Amino acid sequence: MQYISNTANDKKEMLHAVGVSSFDELIAKVPKHLQKFEMGVPAGISELELVREMVETGRANHHFHHYASYLGAGNYDHFIPTVVNHLALRGEFITSYTPYQGEASQGTLQSIYEYQSLMCELTAMDYSNASMYDGASSLAEAALLALRSSGRKKILIPDSVHPEYRTVVKTYLSFVGAEIIHVPSKDAGVDMAALEKALDSDVAAVVLQQPNFFGSLEEATEITQKTHAAGALLIACVNPISLGIIQPPGEYGADIAVGEGQPLGNAVAFGGPHFGFFTVKEELLRKIPGRIAGMTVDKAGRRSFVLTLQAREQHIRREKATSNICTNHSLCALKGAIYLSLLGKKGLKKLALINWKNAHDTYKKLLTIKGVKPFSSRSFFNEFAVVIEKDESSLRASLENHKILGPLSLKRFDAHHKNAYLFAVTENRTPADLDRLVKAIEGAK
Amino acid sequence: MSELIFERNSLNEASWLPELGEPEEKILSQVPEKFLRKKEAGLPSLSELDVVRHFTRLSQKNFCVDANFYPLGSCTMKYNPKALDSIASMDSFSQIHPYQEESGVQGALKVLYEMQTFLCGITGMDEFTLQPAAGAHGELCGLLMVGAYHRFKKRHKTKVLIPDSAHGTNPATAALCGYEVVQVKTNAKGHVDLEDLKSKLDDSIACLMMTNPNTLGLFEEDILEIAKSVHQVGGLVYYDGANMNALLGVCRPGDMGFDIVHLNLHKTFAVPHGSGGPGSGPVGVKKELIPFLPEPRILKTGDRYTFEASAPQSIGKLRSFYGNFGAIIRSYGYIKALGKEGLKAVSENAILNANYLKAKLSDFFEVPHAGHCMHEFVMSAKKQKARGVKALDIAKRLLDYGVHAPTIYFPLIVEEAMMIEPTETESKTTLDEFIQILRAIDKEITETPNIVLEAPHSTPVSRIDEVTAARQPNLRYRADSSRPATPSFPVPRPEQSANCCEPIKG
Repeated sequence: MQYISNTANDKKEMLHAVGVSSFDELIAKVPKHLQKFEMGVPAGISELELVREMVETGRANHHFHHYASYLGAGNYDHFIPTVVNHLALRGEFITSYTPYQGEASQGTLQSIYEYQSLMCELTAMDYSNASMYDGASSLAEAALLALRSSGRKKILIPDSVHPEYRTVVKTYLSFVGAEIIHVPSKDAGVDMAALEKALDSDVAAVVLQQPNFFGSLEEATEITQKTHAAGALLIACVNPISLGIIQPPGEYGADIAVGEGQPLGNAVAFGGPHFGFFTVKEELLRKIPGRIAGMTVDKAGRRSFVLTLQAREQHIRREKATSNICTNHSLCALKGAIYLSLLGKKGLKKLALINWKNAHDTYKKLLTIKGVKPFSSRSFFNEFAVVIEKDESSLRASLENHKILGPLSLKRFDAHHKNAYLFAVTENRTPADLDRLVKAIEGAK
Repeated sequence: MSELIFERNSLNEASWLPELGEPEEKILSQVPEKFLRKKEAGLPSLSELDVVRHFTRLSQKNFCVDANFYPLGSCTMKYNPKALDSIASMDSFSQIHPYQEESGVQGALKVLYEMQTFLCGITGMDEFTLQPAAGAHGELCGLLMVGAYHRFKKRHKTKVLIPDSAHGTNPATAALCGYEVVQVKTNAKGHVDLEDLKSKLDDSIACLMMTNPNTLGLFEEDILEIAKSVHQVGGLVYYDGANMNALLGVCRPGDMGFDIVHLNLHKTFAVPHGSGGPGSGPVGVKKELIPFLPEPRILKTGDRYTFEASAPQSIGKLRSFYGNFGAIIRSYGYIKALGKEGLKAVSENAILNANYLKAKLSDFFEVPHAGHCMHEFVMSAKKQKARGVKALDIAKRLLDYGVHAPTIYFPLIVEEAMMIEPTETESKTTLDEFIQILRAIDKEITETPNIVLEAPHSTPVSRIDEVTAARQPNLRYRADSSRPATPSFPVPRPEQSANCCEPIKG
């Protein structure tokens, strides 16, 4: 299958117009010996064969429509209303470029402006950029922003922050001369005494994940107060769906609020692509990474939109840019904007309440099973950990038999968390799923 | 007037969600007061129809590859086959979780593993990671590996060499990784100035970042010597894959002496640009750099696909999970569909199309670098400027003819630059139309210059006031109208004029 439009005759005419007799003359500057190699790619196939083959390959995947997923930890099986993909996959959105050419990109630019507005309303923060790659890289960029704006050297990251997010921050900071300080957990949340002890005048920022990796709700207000008292910035990393009922970062005074946008209308898709949202308090606007759209007027005075404050970005500032980010996750952010528009005020709250209820119903039910015990006494939103005192391979086999995906074994990230499992329960889980889950756990040795 | 989503109101009961089953207050009473949201989020309230109409109307204000010729240099705006969208949307690939047991995602792991293998073969590298989310993210991955490699070798390296024609992401990435950026000059022929390069080589050089063909669309003939010289001082050579669309089946960065390569799947391998992403920026390396790749790598043992258990020298992770799977699978399908002959045809037609345009347009535009180009070329609107019209004006006028503007004012080393990349998927008929349009505009410059100077006329808005946008930024709607929409502090004026803020890189 090829997607070429030139006919053999076209090519002949074009070569003639260029003044050469063969294609090889056009690449004569490429040393001959470099032109000889084996690409290691098989012969092409038709669209029909490709689709057939991909359907076959896909059979080896256990997916949400055949299995009930209790997996979370950043990516969640939420329902995506049909309208989201119907709109976002329109050729006008999916096959256009970054909206540098404003007059030819008003649709994209206005949707980015609306996305920024929606994210600010959701998080109760002042300003948002046009999106980042994902939650983890947004958190890393937030840490860089804090270091840049404060001139201080330390970032405090509690152990209750998603382990992969901690790793990503560490990777991003490997060559900037910053120090990452880990704050230990207590009862699956920030250990306040340890936090206080670690907060000194060299701390640029404290990271707070809400709800945290274990699903627990952290004492956000208290942590923020302590952070600010030490003159440091508070970086909140939040689950956007939780904000339907849970306090948004702007309400407890976060300076930077970031997070994983997948729950907002993006398919899980084995972990990506999704988008990272990045919002700040007004004072930090000039140092924010990435693209931003603004509203202005055209020559005739009509409302128009354009990429703005570009003096921070790599294509203008080169080595002095606030970040190297260029391509972001615009289409995923558009899905987020459409999703939030469909939800509306009422829907957002309703969705958050359904998640809360389903998760708490599940939690209570699981604790009635012999061998299942609480992991933490903290409150949670739609995700929680429990201890299941059963043989893991027997448990896995039983879950597989009952067509259940998850829960996530916390041992995967920390050997101390033996027999602890993380459950995420969204609006997609039904009472019938719960019955199956209970049977699966009861059936394990 | 373009209405905001917040400015319309209709009935929204979010009835696509099931009912709560019990009173809202009953559930809310379980949430401890200290965790409760105090003020409702100011989201809009709209019926499903109004949402559909709003975003459909917005979409209609965009130029896109599906509707317009899009010769945006350096961005490779080729046709994105629709079959790839449906493959990425299949339940078996879109409805799977990154933390499932390996045994339940063998199909996904097979795609990732085979993709790594394909990319190695296409580029001549020994191993690939698919983790980076975009080109600049790939650069970050590459430069972090450069740093880790030199640390491991106990070499103190402080500088990164970058040609003056390079994309902004190259110096921005080098700076992010703590390196001093040293610029290498381009010579009169449009190539890396070998003498200048050699004069800047010493033990402090960590690596040279470059692309080939370079941003002028010219193949760097001296590439073997360039790579050798950098290697002699213990430096690595990094390949920015922005221009890989010229090299499929032609030659491979790995054979030219590059140690690290990033690709932009959203350019060369047909992932749609999505109005600015998501893309994917896989990174390939030569053998000695494999231990430093991000974790986890995907391996194949017998007929099972697995994640590598541990990699002590790895630079770590650049993002959560394993990469933009939904983008990677599109490119995987693309490579399988095209096959080796199809991939070769991509670069052949991309190069032929570019040379055809270059030859035809050199009749009335100045083309500063003679000779054959690869997949794109840079011309200058100097002659037109002498008649009072700039590259920017020509770019805007093209929109009236239904053609997306080329990249302008980049690379920075060409005056009134217009960078044109037709891609392989366009037909000669489309290219001939484009030539005719530019000829017509050239005539307008002489006969009715105002029509060009005031363009565009047919787009939803005319030229946009970028200065006001930057001086009095209005960056969001506020549901709470008691607060001002613009920041209360003065925002400094951008250091360069709006004319420079043109597309640089995808």
